[in-house]
Amino acid sequence: MNKIVKNASEAIIGIKDGMTLMFGGFGLCGIPENVIRELAKIKVKNLTCISNNAGVDDFGLGILLRDKQIKKMIASYVGENKEFERQFLSGELEVDLVPQGTLAERIRAGGAGIPAFYVPAGYGTEVGEGKEAREFNGKMHLLEYGLTADFAIVKAKYGDAMGNLIYNNTANNYNNMMAMAGKITIAEVEEIVPVGELNPNQIHTPGIFVQRIFQGVDYEKRIEFETTM
Amino acid sequence: MALDKNGIAKRIAQELKDGYYVNLGIGIPTLIANYIPEGMDVILQSENGLLGIGPFPEKGKADPDLINAGKQTVTAIPGASFFDSATSFAMIRGGHIDLTVLGAFEVSETGDIASWKIPGKLVKGMGGAMDLVASAKNIIVATTHTDRKGNSKLKKSCTLPLTGLACVKKIVTDLAVVEVTDKGFKLLERAPGVSIEEIKNATEGTLIIEGEIPEMKL
Repeated sequence: MNKIVKNASEAIIGIKDGMTLMFGGFGLCGIPENVIRELAKIKVKNLTCISNNAGVDDFGLGILLRDKQIKKMIASYVGENKEFERQFLSGELEVDLVPQGTLAERIRAGGAGIPAFYVPAGYGTEVGEGKEAREFNGKMHLLEYGLTADFAIVKAKYGDAMGNLIYNNTANNYNNMMAMAGKITIAEVEEIVPVGELNPNQIHTPGIFVQRIFQGVDYEKRIEFETTM
Repeated sequence: MALDKNGIAKRIAQELKDGYYVNLGIGIPTLIANYIPEGMDVILQSENGLLGIGPFPEKGKADPDLINAGKQTVTAIPGASFFDSATSFAMIRGGHIDLTVLGAFEVSETGDIASWKIPGKLVKGMGGAMDLVASAKNIIVATTHTDRKGNSKLKKSCTLPLTGLACVKKIVTDLAVVEVTDKGFKLLERAPGVSIEEIKNATEGTLIIEGEIPEMKL
């Protein structure tokens, strides 16, 4: 089995205007830099993007925002992006803000074949408006729906031709769940290793969830806030 | 005198107990890590997927793949673990976190909290705050008692969009330690040199004052 494609350009074949895409990463940590760059190049438009954050003004998903390629953003926190705030306040950009744990679980559920589930987060707030609420164990919960995407795009440290993935440190974040939730999942990795080299006990994402994999180039791995002692 | 941010953090650190798993929000709560009593085992959780946050890295050793929920570079302590966001919120939603400390724009006397949105002005999103306040067993709010204009943040009811309902148990401000009870804010302690009168004037919600109110010991 060989799921390796040459590069980002080959990996994104089939991504079209109006599609729903998931992007792994938390802030700028663990984002698929190569695919984002490539999507900016082909200028695909009217995208619905599901990602915890929206990048910064000139990096990550911020690039696609700046070029008006995103129609709707589903995210939990978008504080580090002025252009996002401008487009949102002016009504150019549709935004669905979802509590972070609910977003993570909606993606996990979507990939795991669970159409809907109840969580307490957001009950009694504007997040709960219009949603079915139900009491369990004396506490109110909201009905939330699983999320899937036409393409899920994830980034890992190591991968192999079978699509097995291992993430590094806190760069796992949303990648692991999103890999499960894409009709087609593209994994870009820092290093492709020969099949059999990854320890099966330590694989985070089993290869079944990944359809295309390639070794990325020129990782900038930008740090948002460098704090040191 | 009113406490500074570090003073608030120092007082909240007294609420920690040996063996606690704790989630610290962005801002003042993050400073609490600096005041964990020596010899006390407290494990800090970061909702982006780290259990066992260590100190900031040494200069030149920052790892872009190792950050906290505030997107600052950090380290991991020996015995730390990394995991995905769904697992992280299983820890939070499942009630496995012993204490959550976060900031707020407003807290109501019934324990409602508003911390994520100022309509028309600020749209950053709720991040993990709604999940945290909906499920944490013990929530302490770390905040200044009033905003920059002098308006009380301890209100009868919140005016800003809520993060969660009836969830805050305790508030530590620059002026006081206050417990949220079913009758309103109960004054527990005053900041050193701060009078009850000052606290009363800075509190919009019902303030219950019973007996002698001791000064915080810092």
